[in-house]
Amino acid sequence: MSAPDLECSALMKQFDGVTAVDDVSFTVPRGSFFSILGPSGCGKTTIMRMIAGFLEPTSGDIRIRGGSVIDVPPNKRNVNMVFQHLALFPMMNVADNIGYGLRRKRLPRAEIAHRVDAVLERIGLPGIGPRQVAELSGGQKQRVAIARCMVLEPDVLLLDEPLGALDLKLRERMKIELKALQADFGTTFVYITHDQSEALVMSDRIAVMNAGRFEQLGNARDLYYRPETAFVAGFVGDSNRWRGRVARVSGGIAEMQADDGLTLRAALRGVSAAGDRAEIFVRPELVLPGHDPADLAGCDNRLSGEVTDILFNGAASRALLRCVETGTVLEMALPQSGRFAGLGRGDRVQVGWAADQAACFPERGTDAGLAGAG
Amino acid sequence: MRAGTRLGFVLLIAPLLLWLVLLIVIPHVDLALLSLRERVGVGEYAVSMANYRTFLDEPLYLWTFLRTAVMAVLATAITLVIGFPVSFYIAKIARGRVQSALFLLCLVPFWVSELVRTFGWMILLRETGLISGLLQWLGLTDGPVEMLYNDAAMMVGLVYTSMLFMVVPLVTTLESLDDGIIEAGYDLGGSGPSVLREIIIPHAVPGIVAGSIVVFMLSLGNYLTPTMLGGKDSLWFTELIYSQFIVRFNWELGAAFGFLLLVLSSVIVWAMLRLTGQTLEKTMGSA
Repeated sequence: MSAPDLECSALMKQFDGVTAVDDVSFTVPRGSFFSILGPSGCGKTTIMRMIAGFLEPTSGDIRIRGGSVIDVPPNKRNVNMVFQHLALFPMMNVADNIGYGLRRKRLPRAEIAHRVDAVLERIGLPGIGPRQVAELSGGQKQRVAIARCMVLEPDVLLLDEPLGALDLKLRERMKIELKALQADFGTTFVYITHDQSEALVMSDRIAVMNAGRFEQLGNARDLYYRPETAFVAGFVGDSNRWRGRVARVSGGIAEMQADDGLTLRAALRGVSAAGDRAEIFVRPELVLPGHDPADLAGCDNRLSGEVTDILFNGAASRALLRCVETGTVLEMALPQSGRFAGLGRGDRVQVGWAADQAACFPERGTDAGLAGAG
Repeated sequence: MRAGTRLGFVLLIAPLLLWLVLLIVIPHVDLALLSLRERVGVGEYAVSMANYRTFLDEPLYLWTFLRTAVMAVLATAITLVIGFPVSFYIAKIARGRVQSALFLLCLVPFWVSELVRTFGWMILLRETGLISGLLQWLGLTDGPVEMLYNDAAMMVGLVYTSMLFMVVPLVTTLESLDDGIIEAGYDLGGSGPSVLREIIIPHAVPGIVAGSIVVFMLSLGNYLTPTMLGGKDSLWFTELIYSQFIVRFNWELGAAFGFLLLVLSSVIVWAMLRLTGQTLEKTMGSA
């Protein structure tokens, strides 16, 4: 078994006494797509810059293909980075941009030209070598920036939110393209982003990061369906959330007295005993509507709501409901079957969800996570 | 309404036109006419190239002319070599208050007049000056050392006077270089010198050219520094112009010299732009 491409152990970085990265360890196997997902300021960029070599960790180790690179300067590490604003060299044409790293390795001119042509072919932009960087479209720049790194055959390619500057349509396309490029080159990608859909769509494994620590490490399904912490539940995907106090715990199900007066049941995650503060998260698509209480026989949680708004967005359409008893607003996905297609503002509906489809976590100290849950 | 906007336009453009015509066009036309006439008798003048012929026939004039050109180019080069790292430090390495403080330090010498600044150098460099005294006190020399009145002293003065005009455009262009681009240069295997050569300098070319043009023109047209710090052998072309106008009262020859200096600076600036592939509006726009 060969060494993993990238291994970080007990990585720690402090700036003037402020801990930006706190005891982070992870391993990225060869050829995989690894993402670090977190809100801005969570320390993900710091991790990336330490791997690239622009920052020195306060403590801990970074190993690339088994060898520690702590004392290796960035230009000697076999790790390349696609920068947030791509950082293509505006003073050079496309071919010189891609050939820059090869020239540094003092390869013969003919060899450089050959390799540049080959990589341009591979990213689907043959013949654009003589063009100036400013003449390229956003998507082309993106691919050239990746080609400029890939031509050096790095062990690990780091990508620092490279899709942030693109418009939505192009971003959606580039997500698929990036994943295909990664599979094609077979290089290990480490991708950092605050955009959960980028991470969820492209990655083999994702680390959700908050306040300098990894909250959870797993694949996209794990994070979405089995969040381990309240932060992950709030940050990945949309959720309805209630805070309250645990009234009773039995058989893995917690009954919580929410602050707004509802009594809710949810699967217990993490340690909570009766009397503890807790939070319950419910995905909008797991909230089921029914015309009368009989439709919701299997649901442990039920409430009646009044539609305050319909947010039509094709397959991702939502209804906003106000709970009749408590006034709390919750979000519900509209069923694709069209059964509730006629739903309009002011209508009354019964909604419910099963206890095991909601998750109850011990309450967090801060509210940091939900800002990103969009 | 139309008449109103036209009047506004005329009023706005008038100061510029007045300035151009009164201070630049008229004096230069007058100088050109002056340089092309020869005194043939009392109050009698004829059109001729005699003044320009005098310039070519007299080795001192020609020699001073060439020496001034070479020395001004040298002063520009030295200013650039010293100014570039200073500007890079201010633009890219210093942060926040240190950055503005350093920038201000470049400006501080300009709070006093050029004359006082030059006297400052004389206090330092003269035989009984600070540096001479320090060297004697340290026992490095036996007697007083005269460091004034030579080309080196003059060069120090010229570089010192011009530094700000090199640093300002350089800081501006270097600040516009995204840090990510420099980091990408290292990340892709570049070393310090190769990043400087392939990325930083090509990016800074407009600033380098703008600063160099200004410094070159200031040095070429400088009168005070060469006169006060330079020696008998370091005659500057502006001193010749001064002596023709003021000492010899030979305005015709002085005007010819003035025109030659204008042609010289134009030719060298043009050559500099051609050499670096820049245009005047591009570099001056960046500064």
